[in-house]
Amino acid sequence: MRALGIMLLVIGLALGAGAASAQTGQLTVDNAWARATPGKSQTGAAYVTIRSPSPDRLVAASTPVAEKAELHTISMSGMVMKMRPVAGVDIPAGQPVTLAPGGMHIMLTGLMKPLQAGQSFPLTLTFEKAGARTVDVAVEKVGAAGPAPAAQH
Amino acid sequence: MERDAPGGVAQRPPPLRPRPRLVLAAALLAGFAILGAGAFVALELHGSPQGAAGTLLGSAIGGPFKLVDQNGNTVANTDLEGKWLLVYFGYTHCPDACPTALNNIALALSDLGAEKKEVRPVFITIDPERDTSKALKDYVSAFDAPILALTGTATAIGQAAKEYRVYYAKHPETGGDYSMDHTSIIYVMDPKGRFTASFTGEDPPEQIAARLKKLLS
Repeated sequence: MRALGIMLLVIGLALGAGAASAQTGQLTVDNAWARATPGKSQTGAAYVTIRSPSPDRLVAASTPVAEKAELHTISMSGMVMKMRPVAGVDIPAGQPVTLAPGGMHIMLTGLMKPLQAGQSFPLTLTFEKAGARTVDVAVEKVGAAGPAPAAQH
Repeated sequence: MERDAPGGVAQRPPPLRPRPRLVLAAALLAGFAILGAGAFVALELHGSPQGAAGTLLGSAIGGPFKLVDQNGNTVANTDLEGKWLLVYFGYTHCPDACPTALNNIALALSDLGAEKKEVRPVFITIDPERDTSKALKDYVSAFDAPILALTGTATAIGQAAKEYRVYYAKHPETGGDYSMDHTSIIYVMDPKGRFTASFTGEDPPEQIAARLKKLLS
């Protein structure tokens, strides 16, 4: 009986501690980058890595540098590239989700001015549970395959 | 069947505006399976030393076109003979796949060293509605390669895409915008304009350069 009591107490403490760490553990957005846009193109794409200690969902994006920021995914079927908007991106607990060329991106349309390598711009991502996160997006070269090493953690 | 695809539509007398679009879409869809299969077989030829030139497939991809370059000059396929061509169909409002492919081409060319002057990258828009010569000039000048960018009338672009077995279709987005679904393949044409090899837009530049070196030697 006593043993059971202690066990329940231990479990209770463990659950409490777990809940506490989930509350203090923050959703993070890292490695935010975009490619410089060629010419006067008003279309660009931004990429990020998202980590969350608890399940969440990216549901919206916005930036002052573009009229619209939408979640998009690229798929290839029979060598045909298709780009489609998605309503949201699920962020599983403890598993980083990386938006990258050839997969998901935040599509920027109606850019006020071209994105130039070396510059950066703010991007606000809205999550179902964690709320809004604003990050600074580093603009890399036109055909960069990923964020510059300095931007990686 | 392929004979009745977009080219057949182009030769009709000018009918009502919305209809040919539908016919074109239907024809494109109908031909899509065959075209896709052709492209797939093309990719399977990656390993062969002289590529597809001289094979049945070599004559199935590519053909005559007359388009307009980024400086407003008319360019026919025959004007490009004498050089190896890397032909990629895309559009400038493409935020992801097209910059990837064009940059991979640019990096592959810089890997080639002196031989790069034998190779000409050609970017053909499948969105002539938005991609004027001027828009193309701005776009390709951002890449570190002497890319020839081509546009033309919807009919001329449809014809070129058909020659290269390239599928494309407009996909409407909210707010009146649209994106383009399109085949994302880099075609290698030999100096006589014969299809020789192909890459995907995502193949690493080193791989493209290594293959080109073999073909050029």
